[in-house]
Amino acid sequence: MAPTKIRIGCGAGFSDDRIPPGVEIVERGDLDYLAMECLAERTIARETLDRAKDPTKGYTPVLLERMEAIMPPALKRGIKIVTNMGAANPMGAANILRKHAPDWGCPDYRCAVVRGDEVTDIMRAHPELALMEDGAPLESLLPRMASANAYLGADVVAQGFATGADLVITGRVADPALFLGPMLHAFGWSYDDYAKLANGTLAGHLLECSGQLTGGCFADPGKKEVEDLAGLGYPLADVWADGRVEISKTPGSGGRLDVATCTEQLLYEMHDPTAYITPDCVLDASGVSFRQLAKDRVALDGARGKPRTATYKVVVGYFDGYMGSGEMGFAGVNAVARAKLGIEVVKERLRRRGLTYSEMRIDLIGMNSLHANDAALAPEPYEVRLRIAARTTDKKAAEAVGAEVRSLHMQGPTGAGGGVNFGARQILAVKSVLIPREWVRPEIVMERAA
Amino acid sequence: MSIRLYDIAHARAGDKGNTSNISVTAYNDAGWQVIHRELTTERVLAHFRHLGAGPVRRYELPQLRALNFVIENALGGGVTRSLAIDPHGKSLSALMLTIDLPGHNEGAAAP
Repeated sequence: MAPTKIRIGCGAGFSDDRIPPGVEIVERGDLDYLAMECLAERTIARETLDRAKDPTKGYTPVLLERMEAIMPPALKRGIKIVTNMGAANPMGAANILRKHAPDWGCPDYRCAVVRGDEVTDIMRAHPELALMEDGAPLESLLPRMASANAYLGADVVAQGFATGADLVITGRVADPALFLGPMLHAFGWSYDDYAKLANGTLAGHLLECSGQLTGGCFADPGKKEVEDLAGLGYPLADVWADGRVEISKTPGSGGRLDVATCTEQLLYEMHDPTAYITPDCVLDASGVSFRQLAKDRVALDGARGKPRTATYKVVVGYFDGYMGSGEMGFAGVNAVARAKLGIEVVKERLRRRGLTYSEMRIDLIGMNSLHANDAALAPEPYEVRLRIAARTTDKKAAEAVGAEVRSLHMQGPTGAGGGVNFGARQILAVKSVLIPREWVRPEIVMERAA
Repeated sequence: MSIRLYDIAHARAGDKGNTSNISVTAYNDAGWQVIHRELTTERVLAHFRHLGAGPVRRYELPQLRALNFVIENALGGGVTRSLAIDPHGKSLSALMLTIDLPGHNEGAAAP
């Protein structure tokens, strides 16, 4: 019989999210489902490269550490799990879990894998597609393409659970869909029921960044207080079959869940509130309001939904050269002048080596590094760190930036200390295209013990 | 007389590509009147222009006493490419709150 209410918790909101609050919500949250969102825009490109080097890799690197902590207490309580930690290799993730799970006390569970989000072949076949960012043809990126994945919707997550799976592992799925999927599965909501889809998508949007809903990214001492921020608890949603949603957090945990934290997270990474486009519906959040029902318990009202679009969004990861950077600290009398001399020395040494950069960024940390404000107008601090970062297509030139900064220790202005050479890193940038839904063929595959 | 946005509102910044969106929420109705009237796209653009940012769009959510500003080209080429120390621009919410608006002390929130 279909349930009248389910409870979905968030166990992770980014790939390196903290694990203990995820365990805590499993143990104390009285959950039916746990969703873990672990894929940023570009991380799947990095994972695709891992898979190219080793075909058994390509899942989120923290997968085993996180699942060793989460799976045993979750499966023991009958909590079903969905996560996009499959990244560029969902089946690889399922296989490696099966290998380790018996050692964690989880010998028996059913795992469904969602495949088909990877669309690199479709990209190569359609160089004429226009990039959403600048309208240029996709063709310009193809020689440098590292990955291409479509944001799938909640339907594939629901289909995963429909197999009877305890665990659904996906690659790229829209973040809110990880939460809407269990609702579609539990209640059988239809894609014509825009009001329910809107409420479920709104709940997913609010929950998908874990602690950002429950007092993270919020505290300002003396102004906006958060109780026991160190013990911040992750959020959960009670969802009824009629679409009603109330959100709360792990009982007894720290943090804060109220109209103010919900309002900030509602608009987080949202542009036009009347048209938040997901693969499942177009959410109109412009009339959303929040009702505080009790301490740390809020009801959602006013979400409206419009039909899903005829397209999937695809994020294309591509190589965009290298970035090198380094930092050095100065303190005491005349610290800022010495830092500025250090900057000029590094720039001149790079120039005399014949190294060139398409872009260079200079920061005085402590004065202008975060807001790029005019350092001349900032009060002179007791200590300051110079930071130099530069972009180039030449890996050696990128490596030279941090090396020259660090050598200021011995060959720069007096009193240079605390240097760091961050080395060079390859830049994986992303751009997007839209493709017709029918080009993408997602499939659900059961993973079985070898 | 002027009033500092920090004293009447709170803010959060998010990123998509090279676009930053920053929500500004007033602590009370008096503060909402001030930000609704004075926190224009022109004022926001003037405060972020040194980043190479613009254009700016503004959306209103009166039932939440909130404005949502979508600021294009604010993230140094985008999260994945930027040379900035804060490529996501998470700290730009605090830059927003340093804006001074015409007004008296209306809307200031008691901590």
